Amino acid sequence: MNERIAPTRTVEFEARLKKRYAAERRFKLAGLSAILFSVAVLLFLLITMTINGIGGFQRAEMNVAIDFTEAGLSGDRSTLSQVGAVQILEAQGLPATVEYFAQEQLGEEGGAQISDSAWRLVADEIVDDPSILQKEVTFSLPASPNLAAGLAGEGSDKMKALAARLSDEGKLETKLDLGFLQRADATDPQEVGIWGALKGSMLTMFVTLLMAFPIGVMAALYLEEYAPKNRWTDVIEVSINNLAAVPSIIFGLLGLAVFLWLFPNMRSAPLIGGMTLALMTMPVIVISGRNAIKAVPPSIRDGALAIGASPVQVVFHHVLPLALPGILTGTIIGMARALGETAPLLMIGMRAFVATPPDGFTSPATVLPVQIFLWSDEIDRGFVERTSAAIIVLLIFLMLMNGLAIYLRNRFEKKW
Amino acid sequence: MSPVILLVLALGLGLAGWLAARARAWGFKREAVNGRIAALPTYHAWYVALWIVIPVMMFIALWSVISPQLVSQAVLASPAAAELPAFGFQRDSIMSEARAVASGSTRSVFNEQAAALVEPYRAAISQYNIIGALSTLVIAFLTGVWAFLRVKPDFTARTRVERAVMMILLLASLVAILTTLGIVVSLVFETVRFFGMVSPMDFLFGTQWGPDPMSNPNNPDGSRYGAIPLFWGTIFIGAIIAMIVAIPLGLMSAIYLTQYADPRLRAWIKPALEILAGVPTVVYGYFAALTVAPAIRDWALAIGISNASSESALAAGLVMGVMIIPFVSSMADDSIAAVPQAMRDGSLAMGATKSETIRRVLVPAALPGIVAGVMLAVSRAIGETMIVVMAAGAAANLTANPLEAMTTVTFQIVAMLTGEGSFDHPATLAAFALGFVLFMVTLGLNFIALRVVKRFREAYE
Repeated sequence: MNERIAPTRTVEFEARLKKRYAAERRFKLAGLSAILFSVAVLLFLLITMTINGIGGFQRAEMNVAIDFTEAGLSGDRSTLSQVGAVQILEAQGLPATVEYFAQEQLGEEGGAQISDSAWRLVADEIVDDPSILQKEVTFSLPASPNLAAGLAGEGSDKMKALAARLSDEGKLETKLDLGFLQRADATDPQEVGIWGALKGSMLTMFVTLLMAFPIGVMAALYLEEYAPKNRWTDVIEVSINNLAAVPSIIFGLLGLAVFLWLFPNMRSAPLIGGMTLALMTMPVIVISGRNAIKAVPPSIRDGALAIGASPVQVVFHHVLPLALPGILTGTIIGMARALGETAPLLMIGMRAFVATPPDGFTSPATVLPVQIFLWSDEIDRGFVERTSAAIIVLLIFLMLMNGLAIYLRNRFEKKW
Repeated sequence: MSPVILLVLALGLGLAGWLAARARAWGFKREAVNGRIAALPTYHAWYVALWIVIPVMMFIALWSVISPQLVSQAVLASPAAAELPAFGFQRDSIMSEARAVASGSTRSVFNEQAAALVEPYRAAISQYNIIGALSTLVIAFLTGVWAFLRVKPDFTARTRVERAVMMILLLASLVAILTTLGIVVSLVFETVRFFGMVSPMDFLFGTQWGPDPMSNPNNPDGSRYGAIPLFWGTIFIGAIIAMIVAIPLGLMSAIYLTQYADPRLRAWIKPALEILAGVPTVVYGYFAALTVAPAIRDWALAIGISNASSESALAAGLVMGVMIIPFVSSMADDSIAAVPQAMRDGSLAMGATKSETIRRVLVPAALPGIVAGVMLAVSRAIGETMIVVMAAGAAANLTANPLEAMTTVTFQIVAMLTGEGSFDHPATLAAFALGFVLFMVTLGLNFIALRVVKRFREAYE
């Protein structure tokens, strides 16, 4: 038997080759599984959050018909268009009316499980349309957290039984809660909303953008186009590179020690939060801006200089417009990072309980990620779903921003 | 009047100056013999506008800091303030309440004494508002007129505007240095105060951590400020558990993506990794606390470990590792791509398989870059806050058991500074000392890593 297939291909060689190919396949498989693991974790995370979060956009509500003709409440468009309209209704006994009808229709136990502030919802409806005071209207009022837990199959047996009875009668159901996107923080998970935190985030991001973008772009222009090669420039470059890698919590300490020392009355104001995040975002913008400016070919500069433009004109008329898409992409990515940042804002006190959306840059506010953190600390079971719902809102915003960055990159970025 | 309104006023005045100066320069240009003046009219316009806006901005910045103090001094000088408590917290709260009412941000007063102060406050605020607005106008007018009168046919406005632009650009790049200085100075300042109360030896080498924010601040118990358990927790979670997850997975992902993957697959996987990197840390923290930590506890109970806690170093470390994967992957990607093509070709030409080329040639050649990337990843992991705050626990355990709760430097910074402790207490100041250690360590890691990367790039270029 001829053991040689070819001059070098001995049997041992064949066996070795087989082994080597097997190792090759194993290696490739290991690489593929590493990637699949990451993707699987990502999908698992997103799916868990979505499943939990869908519940957060709903809440248990009870149907209560209120016959206002019996209630003896008075008021018309002119009296109820004033500022204290809700207080007027309260003084006339609206809370008691709501409670009465709730107990009438849901039984003593059921009526007691209506949310404490349900009457405010009714009051808001009346203020919107006083003519319903002459009618019988069916309202969908939030149930108490205990009953909501009962409906979800948790909590005490008593509540479970009550929830089962009421939902069999069609008086208790889980409804889509669009108010979640309009309300602010509250102590009752049935009453919370995300709008307060979202508005706080927007105000904070506005301050961050307003400070970090111009400073970042100007610093990038200076370092890339004008800076002389000397020790000072090296110091600037080193400090920007280091700032980009400093843990975010250190910026929180800086904000606490410097900004709150300068403005002691502005604890948890979007202005301070925005300034702290701006210091964190600025290095990101500088680094991506420098890369975008570097990508503009020198021939453009030479051409402009050759026809007599001054160095400042070269940069502001030619280089900057061409580099802008790249700079904007980097800015959006930096802003997305700032939007998801929690730790520095905890340091400067943006963790207060804020039950009304902030009015301006100096009023107390909280932001989306901090709101998520605060809700995740709550013991009440109802907050778990609300937290996931808030995470979904945050992730949607981040995806929109990243999508915009990718679009800008593909649409406007030139390959020279 | 708020600084925002003053700012709008400044910009409006600047615009007025801009228009006026441009009109004047156009006038000169029309009269000029050859229709040319020393600079385009727009540059004259910018010259005047800058001379108005920059001084006014400086004034507003100064004013917004000093005017609240002037207002409260005026109020304290008023007769209604004579009955205030002399010092301390109560006085501050009455003052701030009266200020809130006077500026219209709240409607009713809670404290009787505050009610008496509302009127003086209102008077002082309106008085200083008028002074502020008038000063703005005067400054804008003086500097504007001075600049406006300098607009002449032979005035070289462009070079002056460009010099100002260069100055502004330079100042913008100095913000980075200022920020670094601000961090260093504020951390060092508070750390020195802390070491005035607790000896550095106790802090750096003590093994018991348990500051009591309610204890007597003048006589702190140094033995309760030993930070070794925190350092160990930080290293164990961030540099050991997280890296055991992130290094192999990140490295293999990078190798597969750059060496094996179909371009179409790569087009899908790369954005997925970017999403993984872009998920906020608070979401990872929630994921770790809600899903991973209970799963690990159940698993530990199932294999017979009875005292498994619901907060564990393992849960935090695993999730942190997953968070770091994209970072390690992109660093490894860069350094493998920097290896010259000739080395790979040479290895393949010798008959090595692809995986042999990668393991024996590419990875060793890229090793300095990969090591630097891992150092950057470690510096990122030890500075990570939210995951450990939400999943790792508060107990300062000095143990190597990953199933136990463990605390980190970042966790303690958050815990110390979000409590009710006063700013003069060593427990609060300890947070700054911890922050200083964290800052120095991450700075050192980054510095070494960047040097390695630089030298490594130069070696192949």
